[in-house]
Amino acid sequence: MSDPTSGSLVTTSPGEQPGLVAEAAPAPGAPPQQRDKPRGLLGDAWHDLRRKPIFWIAATFIVLFLLMAIVPQLFTSVDPEHDSNLSRSLVGPGSTGWFGYDLQGQDIYARTIYGARASIIVAVVATLGTVLFGSLVGVIAGFWGGWLDALLSRLADVFFGIPFVLGAIVILFTFNTSNSGRSTVRITTLVIIALVTLTWPVSMRIMRSSVLATKQADYIVAARALGASNTRIIFKHLIPNCLAPVLVYATILVGAFIGAEATLSFLGVGLQSPVISWGVIINESQNYIRVAPYWLLFPAAFLVTAVLSFVMLGEAVREALDPKLR
Amino acid sequence: MSNVFVSEQSEAAAAGHPSGRLLEVEDLRVEFRTRDGVAKVINGVTYHVDAGETLAVLGESGSGKSVTAQTIMGILDTPPGFVTGGEIRFHGRDMLKMSAEERRRIRGEGIAMVFQDALSALNPVFTVGFQIAEQFRVRRGMSRGDAKKRAAEMLDQVKIPNAKQRINEYPHQFSGGMRQRVMIAMSLALDPEVLIADEPTTALDVTVQAQIMDLLAELQQERQMGLILITHDLGVVADVADRIAVMYAGRIVEEADVHELYAKPAHPYTLGLLESIPRIDEKGQQLRTIKGLPPSLLRIPSGCPFHPRCPMAQPVCAEKVPPLLQLGPTRASACHFAQDLVSRD
Repeated sequence: MSDPTSGSLVTTSPGEQPGLVAEAAPAPGAPPQQRDKPRGLLGDAWHDLRRKPIFWIAATFIVLFLLMAIVPQLFTSVDPEHDSNLSRSLVGPGSTGWFGYDLQGQDIYARTIYGARASIIVAVVATLGTVLFGSLVGVIAGFWGGWLDALLSRLADVFFGIPFVLGAIVILFTFNTSNSGRSTVRITTLVIIALVTLTWPVSMRIMRSSVLATKQADYIVAARALGASNTRIIFKHLIPNCLAPVLVYATILVGAFIGAEATLSFLGVGLQSPVISWGVIINESQNYIRVAPYWLLFPAAFLVTAVLSFVMLGEAVREALDPKLR
Repeated sequence: MSNVFVSEQSEAAAAGHPSGRLLEVEDLRVEFRTRDGVAKVINGVTYHVDAGETLAVLGESGSGKSVTAQTIMGILDTPPGFVTGGEIRFHGRDMLKMSAEERRRIRGEGIAMVFQDALSALNPVFTVGFQIAEQFRVRRGMSRGDAKKRAAEMLDQVKIPNAKQRINEYPHQFSGGMRQRVMIAMSLALDPEVLIADEPTTALDVTVQAQIMDLLAELQQERQMGLILITHDLGVVADVADRIAVMYAGRIVEEADVHELYAKPAHPYTLGLLESIPRIDEKGQQLRTIKGLPPSLLRIPSGCPFHPRCPMAQPVCAEKVPPLLQLGPTRASACHFAQDLVSRD
């Protein structure tokens, strides 16, 4: 047999990365090469992902939204907060204000762009919090088992049993005393805490079940037999093998949290006025839907696109990480 | 006879560091507390292994040979497994009385283990080089680079070609035999004094089996370690082992020097095992077997556990448990009629 990485196959796709040539272009008639370049779980997933158009579409939108969140100045030079001019109150979309102007005469386009930041920060931080906290509890419960597992699982059940919107309203109403100096950071943190508190049980359960399955694996026993400590077993051998399902959940969760933040803001308990987020803008527009539908539609379109992008990315990642779907 | 055996043991214990014995298991008892009742999996197993010596532990599935190994390693699942008695002495110190931390330090450096199925015993998300190097980094405090170099040396020692390149590959990219070599390299990384190989060749095909056994024998000679080879395959142990301990229903039924055992088994069970090996000169005839099934460990038969299946069983066998009696300097048998078996011709 010839060396699988040698020249014979290169003709079809010289632009490919050299290591993947053998895999990308199996010569017609010849059996596909079994021996390709060494690749891990993530390497395989990446290889799978790059051939999915849905991944690229979702990723493009996400990059765009992330850019909006990080450097909104790139998209608009208008100040979203202080550039209000009542003479253009509720003026529809036109050549100067692409998305029209709101009641205060503020540029809706600029506000929508700037709104990405709060929405995405809340979603990403809350996702990180949920996944980290939930996974930690899940690993503890799954690894040590016994009464600790029973206790933590029941605790998770309690939080899981609280209806999301109701729970969030209660938490935010209790702690968000409206006079306590409308600080942006404070409101944002509170919303994040509410989201994490109400959703951690899901990632806890996912992590717990994969830890339970992986804990039995021979390589965990083997690591123990070679004298690895519990901490080492958990961090080096257990978690890397349990990460995939939680990772997938996390991507989908970002989308879900963007929506959740908007819901709470719309209900008037989430982020509030000095903060600009898509939910806040939608909330402001709610009394003028008939007069100025564009005020609602544009931020809502951004919101839907963002949620959809993250959910689609999560879907694509899930398919790539699951060997059974290959 | 039994007195001789006992006095030997007590002398050894009195000496503090018993006669250079590296690893001794004495009267070990383990039970599994299951929903259906208590399964007595190990009922007083006694064996030892010295430096540079190979002990083969032979037995059917469920005879307790792997559980003994797991108990020595301290990887018995508790619950359902519980050690109810006995001692495991490593360099004369009872491991069952050590703290968890002390036992952990012995694993890998003192006693290491090779598992049956190397694919599932290697972590699928890391390269084999990383997994071997990990031990050097954590236990020996080496730098990443040095550890990797040592890992490549280890792969070289177990005769994996292209070791330098292959340390960057993942377990699934190795063939069965190569994978078992990786597993061996990993267990030998910290230079253990005792290596327990739990059916190291069962998942491999016959030619590869021989290679792996040769490799193990060679490494054992080089390093002068004690090797406990757990197997159910009489063919595998013949070349490699110095001594053989035959287990049945959680007991040692016979222990002997490898030549003695093959030439003249002193227990009907061993005899049955030897006779059930297919032979070329008996082609066409029905294979001989040991009739019946191994006993359920929930209900071990009274007396000698083998008596319901034993062709030589007498009334006494159902009543009295035969002790493991010393028949000579290197052999012992737990059969009421061991003397008859040995002296018969």
